[in-house]
Amino acid sequence: MNARKHFRAEKFDFASFFFTGLTGLATLLILGILATILINIIANGVRGFSWHFVSTIPKKDFFDVNTTGVLPMIVGTTICVFVMTIFVLPVGVITAIYLTEYAANNSLVTKFIRAAVNNLAGVPSIVFGLFGLGFFINFIGKNIDAVLHNPSAVWGQPALIWASLTLAIMTMPVVIVATEESLKAIPPGLREASLALGATKLETILRVVLPQALPGIMTGGILAVSRAAGEVAPILFTGVAYYMASLPHHVTDQFMDLGYHVFVLSTQSPNIEQTRPILYATVLVLLLLTFALNLVAIVIRARVRKKLRALG
Amino acid sequence: MPKLNVPEAKINSPGSAALIHIESLSLYYGASKALKNISLTLGEKVVTAFIGPSGCGKSTLLRCLNRMNDLIDNVRIEGSCKIGGHDIYSSDVDVIELRKRVGMVFQKSNPFPKSIYENVAYGLRLHGANNKAELDGVVEQSLRSAALWDEVKDRLHSSALGLSGGQQQRLCIARAIAIKPEIILMDEPASALDPLATARIEELILELKKDFTIVIVTHNMQQAARISDQTAFFYIGELIEFDSTAKIFTNPAKKQTEDYVTGRFG
Repeated sequence: MNARKHFRAEKFDFASFFFTGLTGLATLLILGILATILINIIANGVRGFSWHFVSTIPKKDFFDVNTTGVLPMIVGTTICVFVMTIFVLPVGVITAIYLTEYAANNSLVTKFIRAAVNNLAGVPSIVFGLFGLGFFINFIGKNIDAVLHNPSAVWGQPALIWASLTLAIMTMPVVIVATEESLKAIPPGLREASLALGATKLETILRVVLPQALPGIMTGGILAVSRAAGEVAPILFTGVAYYMASLPHHVTDQFMDLGYHVFVLSTQSPNIEQTRPILYATVLVLLLLTFALNLVAIVIRARVRKKLRALG
Repeated sequence: MPKLNVPEAKINSPGSAALIHIESLSLYYGASKALKNISLTLGEKVVTAFIGPSGCGKSTLLRCLNRMNDLIDNVRIEGSCKIGGHDIYSSDVDVIELRKRVGMVFQKSNPFPKSIYENVAYGLRLHGANNKAELDGVVEQSLRSAALWDEVKDRLHSSALGLSGGQQQRLCIARAIAIKPEIILMDEPASALDPLATARIEELILELKKDFTIVIVTHNMQQAARISDQTAFFYIGELIEFDSTAKIFTNPAKKQTEDYVTGRFG
């Protein structure tokens, strides 16, 4: 009996078996948690979920399962996140371009900015909320009102625009980091080729670098949207309303938000049993909305990638 | 190290005038001196090869000629480098204008992830050309000059990344010549190619020599011998010997050069 002849291991490799198993278990654990959450929400959420539910502006008492709806919350969250994207993408992308393309790589200033960006990512979201209240509403908003001689507060009060800006600041690091990564992934040879043809740095960035980085930038946008759509703390003091009888029609209006509505339903209900189906359905809508916003961005990104691959 | 004492302006091609004058040029990366007091004169419409072991400074010197070294932090240059009588390092020089006149082909082919047509048209569009007929004409002419037209004429608008390595490198040459430079710098343009693709690039260089002044960095001794009129041999930042290619490869003045070209070191 000669095991070697048949290339058989002489000993069972316990370490390999153990670590393979361990990685598999860790993966299963994550999948299990995700599946539990999703199944729980879907199973309980479908009961309260209906076309009527997503298309109705609720009356004052939105704890009644028969008359309530979440249309204003869907609209509010979507607009808020959309306005945020308009602010966060340009500023984040330009910052990332400065850091990767212009700033001297190891200068003190660059290191300081990078550290600031990383720290910004670690600030608790409620702190952003308080910052938004102090800076945007009490400082910027009040001053706009003063300059415009508004008789009552228009800008100097919680509003959609301030909530969006607060979210934009919170998600800024995500966009900056994602953009920086995609800029760094572009081969230096492409920049050199462009410069050697007599392009300026700006022309090189606009014509060669940015088109290539677009899918990565969009990934940053997707991550920012996912994070922002579910955040409550930053908008708590800066724009969200407990109840509004109509949809917002100006950026200085307050708005209702799905995440905040979940909080309201779970803490303010006079009858918990009656509210539970609404609560589950609202959470389901929030998840679906986040998925939908992501899906739109992912589809656009896929089309950009395809176009880039085909030509340019 | 022998004291550098190379006769200047050894131009062997008949009828060619001096175009590039490098005079006591030294280059520092921070504190380390990468090029030591180089003096060299290159003729117009001549192929000059820079040879030498890795790290000898030949690519660095090549990149001085279109100021690509400007892109690197902490580079300091002493001495002068004149092209057509103008010091390209004087403060009034427009680097953009310089790079239009001094094109470059890189070691690793680097076509833009755009169509073949747009790759060649890139430089033209940068410098303001927008007329379709004019662009079409220059693109075709450049691709023909780069011996690529027949292979790509039916798929000008498909991605340049679908071309083979050798085709990509010829596309990069077409892209460089589209803006009609006087000088083309080539940094080991065939080092990543198979022998057949290399042979095509070499033929192309001999063809391009009629219209352009070419400076080529190469590790391939036979290549330098086959395509260049003059050869400069560098070693650790110094110019050891500069002469006609025939002389460098058959009867070099310096022992070091002889050792290198015969493969005894390097």
